[in-house]
Amino acid sequence: MKAITECAVGTCGRVVKVRAKEPVKGRLVSLGVAKGAQIRILDHTLAKQTWEVECDGTRVALREEEAAQVFLEPGECTA
Amino acid sequence: MKKIRVVLAGQPNVGKSSVINAITDARLHVGNFSGVTVEKKEVTLQRDGFEIEIVDLPGIYSLNAYTPEEQVAKQYLLHEPFDLIVNVVDANVLARNLTLTFQLMDMQKKMVLVVNMVDELQKQGGEIDRKRLEELLGIPVILTSAKEGKGVEEIIGTLIALYQAPKPKNKLFYDERIEEQIGKIVRVLRKSPHFQDEGYARFVAIRLLDRDEDVYKIIHDLPVFIELHELLGSIYRELELEFDEESTADMMNDERYALAKAAVMEVVKKPNLKESLTDRIDRLLIHPVFGLPIFLFFMWLLFQITFTVGSLPMELIDGFFTAVSEGVKNVLPAGPVQSVLADGVIPAVGSIIMFLPNVLILFMGINLLEQTGYMARTAFLLDGFMKKFGLQGKAFIPLVSGFGCTVPAYMAARTLKNPTDRIITMLVLGFMSCSARLPVYVLFIGAFFPTAHAGNMLFLIYISGALLGLLVARVLRSVLFKGEPEPFVMEMPPYRFPSLKALGMELWIKAKLFLKKAGTFIAGASMIVWFLSSYPAHPEIRADFMKGPAHLAGAQKAQIEHQIRARELEESYLGYIGKAIEPVFAPLGFDWRMSVSVVAGLAAKEGVVSTLATLYAVGDADEKSHTLLKRLRENISLKAAVAMIIIIMVYSPCIAAMSTFWAEVPQWAWRGFYLVYPNVLAWLLAFGAYRLLDMLGY
Ligand SMILES: Nc1nc2c(ncn2[C@@H]2O[C@H](COP(=O)(O)OP(=O)(O)OP(=O)(O)O)[C@@H](O)[C@H]2O)c(=O)[nH]1
Ligand SMILES: [Mg+2]
Repeated sequence: MKAITECAVGTCGRVVKVRAKEPVKGRLVSLGVAKGAQIRILDHTLAKQTWEVECDGTRVALREEEAAQVFLEPGECTA
Repeated sequence: MKKIRVVLAGQPNVGKSSVINAITDARLHVGNFSGVTVEKKEVTLQRDGFEIEIVDLPGIYSLNAYTPEEQVAKQYLLHEPFDLIVNVVDANVLARNLTLTFQLMDMQKKMVLVVNMVDELQKQGGEIDRKRLEELLGIPVILTSAKEGKGVEEIIGTLIALYQAPKPKNKLFYDERIEEQIGKIVRVLRKSPHFQDEGYARFVAIRLLDRDEDVYKIIHDLPVFIELHELLGSIYRELELEFDEESTADMMNDERYALAKAAVMEVVKKPNLKESLTDRIDRLLIHPVFGLPIFLFFMWLLFQITFTVGSLPMELIDGFFTAVSEGVKNVLPAGPVQSVLADGVIPAVGSIIMFLPNVLILFMGINLLEQTGYMARTAFLLDGFMKKFGLQGKAFIPLVSGFGCTVPAYMAARTLKNPTDRIITMLVLGFMSCSARLPVYVLFIGAFFPTAHAGNMLFLIYISGALLGLLVARVLRSVLFKGEPEPFVMEMPPYRFPSLKALGMELWIKAKLFLKKAGTFIAGASMIVWFLSSYPAHPEIRADFMKGPAHLAGAQKAQIEHQIRARELEESYLGYIGKAIEPVFAPLGFDWRMSVSVVAGLAAKEGVVSTLATLYAVGDADEKSHTLLKRLRENISLKAAVAMIIIIMVYSPCIAAMSTFWAEVPQWAWRGFYLVYPNVLAWLLAFGAYRLLDMLGY
């Protein structure tokens, strides 16, 4: 289990835990960043302050602080 | 005529506004990022003896609203009366969209599902089984492409049929264990006369499991509240234990997500793509190293084009209005009517219309930014930078809109959840120079700087406005609003090819508005300026001058004439006003005419240029060979011109923007602060620049 911020660009996997507090958690979930979703790390800015991931066809930008709260089990890239 | 009230709801950026545009003759604003629509908009149409009122709502990701603009949509759905819901979803991300669909279905209203953007899905070789989706959900489903106008013609007919038909049976049920608890809550609710409608009671029960604060408020004042409260406590504990979740809200989310995935598995056929176009474009545009420089380059290019290309037809337009003014002088007899037209209205209106091309190019740039999806990328790129100034990336979107017009930009700040972020953004938004200030810049740059650097100067002005805004935000954050900015979580839409029709339409609307404003407001204002600058009449001034040697030759005569006009102007009402306010602006090197223009700009920024045009036209004796540019150059020093540009950049926006701020910000303290501080700051900065240039010997 790794936080998004510990992963390299290009990593794929499955979301196993979203530890963020409400209402950020609710927001992440409605964007598809929810337990069980297939996730892919797309990009981060130079200082790794902002990250971009893709879940289920939706691209989501989030800050380091929020990205550190989303945990995934790295695995195969399916898509 | 019977009225059908329809509300359009759906997640952000699925094409709700586009669907309305496609089925009515409305021209709602459309853009490829979340949060384009931030207030409800009504459109009506008539068909088959029905009056159909369609309400466009801001997008919401879920009924647990997050940002103020989502709250607008939620409050409407909860409390306003309507007959039908049209739920628009994006075919490409159906699963995520269906989670909201289920929440809307819980409301037990008549509902139609519009699956939009099927063109994009089909282009990738995907397909949606419409019949099967209808069976699963138990509501009518229509497949559309609002962009290509396909399928949308079915919507109205379906709405009317559904309106007349009995309500279809609810087909949405959750896990048995959840349904059991919903049943318990409904039984208690129904003891209260408010919940005679079983469907509504079920909806409220489900919202309570979703931990919806707004629904809590509804039940809070009911007599059954105590009983309900105890029941809910035990139900929450029981379910959380059973489902091993922190909150029943998570449980409901999981449940809907699972249902949505199952439905999508059955109805959507989607081929696996290797790498999408968006991924490939993004690899360059949001590259960790090159992303920001590329963005800056785009902005620079935009201002470069705005100045150079926009200035091409300027001479032509200017020449045209000069000719009209001359024509009027030849046709009409000398007198007040001739003068109000030739010296007042025509030069003023002309001086504004001259800048129409510049303004349109700027709007085109902003529109492309919005339509392609690059706007959301800039928010991503700049988030880290903005964070240093106590703001978040999303605040960049209203800031960029501010380059177009400050009014919608204030509204767009609704997409910021945190009230502190929102007020800071709104307080600095005025420093993003709106398109109405563009004419002043173009005019002064044209008059005082070499053409080769004009585009760069324009870029510099806009960038320094933006930087000033960020600096002020930083100060506000550390002095007045302690605390962290809100978290940044934002959807990044796929890139979409801009619709040229939408672009053309937008520019057409903008051009019409611009010309209308020039023809009405500016023309009217210039009449007032003319009147104030021509009266009271002072025949004794001329008589005084004429006492001298009777027959003066050419040059001398022109000089005397010039002095007479200048004296007359000073003795006019406007001259008196100007003299009264001159002391305020004298330290900046302004003459009273510039001072009056700056004040006129508080009504509308176009007023600055048109007032300058009138005042310098009236005060000038030798009108034939002089354009406004030359007159300014002769009357204003470089350092005063720079001070003027700074004042225009920083001081209060126009009346329309100020009243929008007042409507959006209820606190009197902020309203007061907002009225004062930009003007003080503007004056101080302008004074600093003026003194500095003075010391450097300009
Ligand atoms: N390819 C394609 N693009 C579409 C379609 N419908 C809308 N779009 C594009 O999708 C984007 C979003 O459209 P809007 O109508 O602004 O979406 P909205 O749901 O009103 O968005 P918000 O007001 O932000 O909630 C725009 O760039 C549209 O041009 C469609 O059927 N096909
Ligand atoms: Mg919209």
